[in-house]
Amino acid sequence: MSLARTASDTRLIFLRCLRQTLRSKVAIVFGALQPLLYLVLFGPLLKDLVKVRGFGAGDAWQSFVPGVLIQLTLFGAGFVGFGLIGDLRSGVLERLRVTPVSRTALLLGRVLRDTAVVGAQAVLLVGIGLALGLRAPAGGVAVGLVFVVSLAVSVASLSYVLALRTRSEDAFAPLLSAVTLPLLLLSGILLPMSLAPGWLDVLSRLTPFRYVVDAARAAFRGDYATAAVAEGALVTAVLLVVSVTLGARRFRAEHT
Amino acid sequence: MIDARGLARTFTGRHGTVEAVRGVDLSVAPGEIVGFLGPNGAGKTTTLRMLTTLLAPTAGTATVAGRDLRADPAGVRRRIGVVAQGGGTDPSVPAGEELDLQARLYGVPDRAARIADLCGRLDLDGLGARPSGSLSGGQRRRLDIALGLVHRPPLLFLDEPTTGLDPHSRGNLWDHIRAMRDGDGTTVFLTTHYLDEADALCDRLLIIDRGLIVAEGTPAELKRRVAGDVVVLELAGSAASGAGTAGDRAGEGAGAVREALSRHPAVREAAVSGRVVRLTVEDGEKALTGLIRALDGAGVELASLSLSRPTLDDVFLAVTGRSLRDPTGPAPADRPARPPSGPASPGPVSSGPSSVSAA
Repeated sequence: MSLARTASDTRLIFLRCLRQTLRSKVAIVFGALQPLLYLVLFGPLLKDLVKVRGFGAGDAWQSFVPGVLIQLTLFGAGFVGFGLIGDLRSGVLERLRVTPVSRTALLLGRVLRDTAVVGAQAVLLVGIGLALGLRAPAGGVAVGLVFVVSLAVSVASLSYVLALRTRSEDAFAPLLSAVTLPLLLLSGILLPMSLAPGWLDVLSRLTPFRYVVDAARAAFRGDYATAAVAEGALVTAVLLVVSVTLGARRFRAEHT
Repeated sequence: MIDARGLARTFTGRHGTVEAVRGVDLSVAPGEIVGFLGPNGAGKTTTLRMLTTLLAPTAGTATVAGRDLRADPAGVRRRIGVVAQGGGTDPSVPAGEELDLQARLYGVPDRAARIADLCGRLDLDGLGARPSGSLSGGQRRRLDIALGLVHRPPLLFLDEPTTGLDPHSRGNLWDHIRAMRDGDGTTVFLTTHYLDEADALCDRLLIIDRGLIVAEGTPAELKRRVAGDVVVLELAGSAASGAGTAGDRAGEGAGAVREALSRHPAVREAAVSGRVVRLTVEDGEKALTGLIRALDGAGVELASLSLSRPTLDDVFLAVTGRSLRDPTGPAPADRPARPPSGPASPGPVSSGPSSVSAA
């Protein structure tokens, strides 16, 4: 399968998926509302937390917005597997699999759509954040968005792997929660992990999102040349390669 | 168009190894409409999924539409069209978008013209903007077929094409399938649960059971091979006499019938019960006049006479031991071992020539 074929098929699948998303008014409204809810209903609680020991440098928004960005990615891209199970059930996936379409494109086209949706929400979230009082260097915000986009690709790919393994919503949903909830809690998105006792901090360091959240926060503070950013970049890159490889392999394998 | 030798597929799962398909040999010539029948769990779906590149065979070889199934699945995909049982459209996506994507994926030149042509021929005109979920069952099925045909494949696989359609839509779809073959020379390989469909639409049938092809031929050949036509004679007798006397007389009459027909070359078997004589004959329509003449000559008086021809269900029952109409059927282990076309044991279906036994 040539690279050009994969690229053009990826574009076709991406456009199909994007049109599907845009057709769904519910998806658009709630997609746009979600970032707003995070900031308006949760953000104000953090105002006074800055004074708490261990909350780290920078103001509350600088710490909170990057965290919410990663959370948005984790959940937004985590749930995309449901759509694939729908396509399995309607027979769309099988119909596409008997065409000469590149199997990798069946994954990448979807993942790109998911990434575009998460990316748009992330931009919206940063925009609302700025309106509510977030102050962060443009470069830092850009770096943060790069983390978001890379993470979205990884999480969406893994969500599809899980969906193709379980093949039913009933099995997929509990498994998804079982994976995302500990990852969320251990990432330090809600409260900084510097507040954690030693054992929890160690546990947290064994999960990838911890590093990505720390890196995004550092970037929003403008501390680019830090170990946190470097570690976050490394973890994100490794996660990206592993996830896409697993996803592509799963899509190339036969589905029994 | 299809040439498969020893095609087999074994699944290894938690409950051990299952030989879903144990070595299928089949050939399909260009331009044929071939029906692929089998009871549930016989390996029909697995075979279809292998032939359409969705499952890799664990043994055997096959050439599909001129390409080697195992060495060049991508080449096979470019040359076949596949319409799955449940279709393959997203209910929210407009029909036109589905067709356009499909044509782009196959790299169809002059897409718009091809799609317009297909929609015209499959009575889908003016439905392009409608989400496929809003189409009627028949329209959606024709859309599925249009999707399978968009790249002009020489070979089309149809899995249960008319399941769930009303009788009118079924007949209409049969016409479309025949038109595809007659107009474009498209070879059609279809599975079906409807024996009337197999009978009316297919040039040739393949019957699979327990992972092996157990019978093949034209519908007429299969019926001839498995069960002859059945002639049922009812002898005239006086209903007013006592039971014993009537029985004696019927016995005499039956004896005369036997005598008269035993030398008739068309009669294979004769079974007598009371005043009713069941004859298994070859080529019943032609033999009928000769039989009547012979009975007349023997002075046998008939109250009634009927001729029934074997149905595909009789064929199916004879070769698989199960009726296709009965989705559950006897479990494979309980099934009486029964040679095809041998003297039949009282089967689960009591009517039909295949259950007639010689007295």
